[in-house]
Amino acid sequence: MEKKTPLFHIVKRDTMPLWKAWAVRLASILLALVVCAVFINSVTGLNPLSVYASMFDGAFGTGRRIWNTVNDAMILLCIALAITPAFKMRFWNIGAEGQILVGGAATAAVMRYCGDSLPTPALFALMVVVSLLCGLVWGLVPAWFKARWNTNETLFTLMMNYIAIQLVSFLSIKWEAVKGSGTIGVINQSTKAGWIDTGFLSGIFGRFNYSINTTLILIITLLIFVYLNYTKHGYEIAVVGESENTARYAGISVRRVILRTMALSGALCGLVGFLLVSGSNHTISVNTAGGDGFTAIVVSWLAKFNPFAMIAISFLLTFLTRGAGQIASDFGLNESASDILTGIILFFILGSEFFINYRVLRSSRKEKEAE
Amino acid sequence: MEQQNAIECRNLTKRFGQVVANKDVCLTVKKGEILSLLGENGSGKTTLMNMLSGIYYPDSGEILVDGKPVTIRGPKDAFALGIGMVHQHFKLVNVFTAAENIALGHEEKGRYDIRAVAARVREICDKYGFELDPDKKIYDMSVSEKQTVEIVKVLYRGAQILILDEPTAVLTPQETDKLFAVLRNMKADGKAVVIITHKLHEVLTLSDRVSVLRKGEYVGTVQTSEATADSLTEMMVGQKVDLHLERPLPKAPSPRLVLKDVSAMSAEGVRTLDKVNLTVFSGEILGIAGVAGSGQKELLEAIAGLQPLCEGSICYDDVRTGAAEELRGKTPLQIRDLGIHLSFVPEDRLGMGLVGSMGMIGNVMLRSYRSGKGIFTDRKAPRQLAQRLKEQLDIVTPGVNYPVRRLSGGNVQKVLVGREIAAAPTVLMAAYPVRGLDINSSYTIYDLLNQQKEKGVAVIYVGEDLDVMLELCDRIAVLCDGRLTGLVDARKTTKAQVGMLMTRQEKEEA
Amino acid sequence: MDLILTILSKVFTVTFFQKAVTQGVPLLFGATGEILTEKAGNLNLGIPGIMYMGAVGGLTGAFFYEQSTPEPSGAVGVLITFLCAILFSAFGAFIYALLTITLRANQNVTGLALTTFGIGVGNFIGGSLSKIAGTAGQITVYTTGQAFRTTIPGLSQIPVVGPLLFSYGFLTYLSLALALFFAYLLARTRCGLNLRAVGENPATADAAGINVIRYKYGFTILGGAVAGLGGLYFVMEYLGGTWQNNGFGDRGWLAIALVIFALWRPLRAIWGSLLFGGLYILFAYIPLGDAAQEILKMLPYLVTILVLVVSSLRRRAEEQPPASLGLSYFREDR
Repeated sequence: MEKKTPLFHIVKRDTMPLWKAWAVRLASILLALVVCAVFINSVTGLNPLSVYASMFDGAFGTGRRIWNTVNDAMILLCIALAITPAFKMRFWNIGAEGQILVGGAATAAVMRYCGDSLPTPALFALMVVVSLLCGLVWGLVPAWFKARWNTNETLFTLMMNYIAIQLVSFLSIKWEAVKGSGTIGVINQSTKAGWIDTGFLSGIFGRFNYSINTTLILIITLLIFVYLNYTKHGYEIAVVGESENTARYAGISVRRVILRTMALSGALCGLVGFLLVSGSNHTISVNTAGGDGFTAIVVSWLAKFNPFAMIAISFLLTFLTRGAGQIASDFGLNESASDILTGIILFFILGSEFFINYRVLRSSRKEKEAE
Repeated sequence: MEQQNAIECRNLTKRFGQVVANKDVCLTVKKGEILSLLGENGSGKTTLMNMLSGIYYPDSGEILVDGKPVTIRGPKDAFALGIGMVHQHFKLVNVFTAAENIALGHEEKGRYDIRAVAARVREICDKYGFELDPDKKIYDMSVSEKQTVEIVKVLYRGAQILILDEPTAVLTPQETDKLFAVLRNMKADGKAVVIITHKLHEVLTLSDRVSVLRKGEYVGTVQTSEATADSLTEMMVGQKVDLHLERPLPKAPSPRLVLKDVSAMSAEGVRTLDKVNLTVFSGEILGIAGVAGSGQKELLEAIAGLQPLCEGSICYDDVRTGAAEELRGKTPLQIRDLGIHLSFVPEDRLGMGLVGSMGMIGNVMLRSYRSGKGIFTDRKAPRQLAQRLKEQLDIVTPGVNYPVRRLSGGNVQKVLVGREIAAAPTVLMAAYPVRGLDINSSYTIYDLLNQQKEKGVAVIYVGEDLDVMLELCDRIAVLCDGRLTGLVDARKTTKAQVGMLMTRQEKEEA
Repeated sequence: MDLILTILSKVFTVTFFQKAVTQGVPLLFGATGEILTEKAGNLNLGIPGIMYMGAVGGLTGAFFYEQSTPEPSGAVGVLITFLCAILFSAFGAFIYALLTITLRANQNVTGLALTTFGIGVGNFIGGSLSKIAGTAGQITVYTTGQAFRTTIPGLSQIPVVGPLLFSYGFLTYLSLALALFFAYLLARTRCGLNLRAVGENPATADAAGINVIRYKYGFTILGGAVAGLGGLYFVMEYLGGTWQNNGFGDRGWLAIALVIFALWRPLRAIWGSLLFGGLYILFAYIPLGDAAQEILKMLPYLVTILVLVVSSLRRRAEEQPPASLGLSYFREDR
């Protein structure tokens, strides 16, 4: 009859002070870095500290590297910002990858077909508008089915990614630079039409290539922060995400909020496509988004939907990727090492949330009697 | 021949924190009898039975099964002793068949063979007269069929003592008759049956003996043959307790809401409201009494524009303009756009009335965030309101941004009621506003309702404690199975009379 | 009309069928594994990563075995490879299980992180092995690879039927056997009944005395191990014992799509994998030009979306994802 009492039991915490919660997260990152060091040491036999130094050098060693790191982090940040409104509403948009690609493809199309004929301001305006629109449509399709028939959005948006990838791969062949290469090559190489860094604004920001991207994304960060926290729309998103029942009680149309928010989320992802194609790559391929659409999900989640925390997390992850790329070339390692390190750190941060939200108690004898 | 005792409880006591749910309860169930356990909501019936079925462990007292003292530490122990309970909320897997649900978790020797399970289920059904198709999926079943699955599941595991928690609450009269026939068959088979209920006529038609609980305490047991509806009601509700609540006379009452033939259906197609006709006056507190699930929730949600009607009309009389507005078919937003201020304190405070993760400011905004032009929300006015509520209602919170989910029940309710009153309503609906609150918080809520009444607001109060309703309300409307069974003057009526109306059935009316 | 006839004559051939099977087998392993995981209520989006881990695990095992002995034996190679693949992929699934079940991390986020990690592990080890071997580019574990490719002697020589049904390595038949076995387990055993209850309604399963946590761990890890075999098949039988970075491509996601297409039933996944395999290579048989072929490659995903939409429209309970999919289970919440 005696039931076995577990050694531990878990209770939900009331609250943890903010500083303590961040201390736990920081500790988990440090712990992850130790595990990563052990990993690096065991595969390469190198001193992990010198490896970390090398990573730092890879990410921030030269002005060029800094700007690359900053740009990559900003792009990741922008994607995270784009999906955050949907996430806050508990809508799992894991289709950012696809929404970026269609936005980028639309931008590339405008650059290709109108690059020579339109004046620069009109060209940029058209590029921005079509990239926003294409991303919006790509995001709205799963949202409409979710709102109408409660079709599972996680799986739907996931599938939409691969349709976008095939679409881009179709365009890559259709527009290929050299027959049989399957790649588009740099668009408008000679005229640089539709390139942000040589565009009509570049003079203001001097020689740094990505300053316009960066400025724009920092503005978006601020806007999203304001949108989520100080606008009526943001308030409705928060209510719907918490309880659809409460939303109905307050007279909020859940369906409309879902559609509106996903339209915004998709359009912003489309804009990222524009920034990537026009601002840094000047071409489009299936790797343009490079998996950032998925990584951004982790960024948004770990930041608890706080845009400013997202800046820090985007930088951390980008630093890892860039840095690991550097150690790969310095020590003759495979570049994929960065994915492993990223994975390990993500696991630790994800796991640490448990210790912030729950308390593990050792079951004492007293409690056993009380039960 | 003297019947043997199947179960005997001696001085069972169970506390939840400060609340004593059961105090020194003694109860005996004999083999081959049907015992009714009667009591109002919150009288401790379910807690007592949960101790027998292993959900709770008693703080003190003794349980004897077949004359031997036993310890019941979990549902498995209860099963081993032959005690099976059918809960009000069914625990079934929707996409499974009846037979699969019955087999789930039951460790039998030998190979798993669902056809053998189904065959045994059919045997049990034939023996007692159930109608159940073992291969039917749960999602295709009516509530009554699901209940049958739960009962058969318990019998399949060899239960000798069967406890049913308000089994008829979800059944139609015809289904109830069928259930009773089956229960009588089980009784003839020598099983002990305990049925928890607060419907008097069921007690009188079905059971052999009746045990009554009131406010966690055991009142007594009588032979059904010697009991009448009146005597049982008196045992159940007890003597009236004086609470010294204020009750000013309504000032210049005029009709504010006129409900005509209001009817609604649940998603399962059961009629939850059946032609309710009711007029609500300004400057009064109208009480809605009824056993749980008699249509109170649906009535309030229908007025608030959250529950579509299948029949009838809800008419709002505007004092200032003299115009009458039809509310049926309008959303909460449309109602508000007409300039009608309906305030609603729903039963599910954190799941419907409030946003748990937000602080007081965020929750106060729920009603007012649309105000003002432009895309931005105004946080200044809500902050002031939140501060004011915090001070006026003594809401204990570390700050107006502290998530309301983490506040105590009384404070949560003060936030909700405070917000609804701050909207300057003309109609204020409150569902069980003092449930789970301590005495002081309860009195704060009563005072708030009285203040609104004196301001000329039409207040609708859905409650469960008749003592409170008799002292607080001006009139009491009684609902039973979605029908209005009576409308009485709270100053003149008695507890027993309201109690009778709450349990009245069609047959008696006819 | 002639075009259609040409296509049909190309598609209804033994070679096309063989190639569809070859493409379908990794998907079937992946989908079977993911079905088991999802039936326990865990949506593991880390399956693509786990399949990479299984692939590289097997390859590593074979590589070190073949390095260590001058005359490697195919059978021993197969055994070592097999165990290593399962070990690697089960470890990946264990990380996921630990984070989502015990530490209650979000399933989607954890799964995506695991995919990043797993693909990293695959490409890192797979890419580094060649460096260790001192060869530029690819490594090969020829003996073991050939052992995996060994077909059934005798039977494969039968005309038409032989190439159609008996011209594959043992993993192909294992994928079929596992799908059949798990279909049986889910539908006809007490263990399967309990597992389905855990994924549908863990609170009810818990109340019925089923150890929910044990089932969730068990089937998430088992599902990962099964999916990992899909990766193993790819490197050993399809590539013949070599590694290509990112060679496995998007097949992991296609496996997840197949789970939806199969409506969470292993038996449907069998013919579904054949269909997906066929759709995956169909482009090569339709003479529409290179660009249009890329559009054809959308087909598996489009079909999956169609199935997803139709099943949500029809609302048939049997065709829905397990009801608690994606949710953590806490007993205290009861």
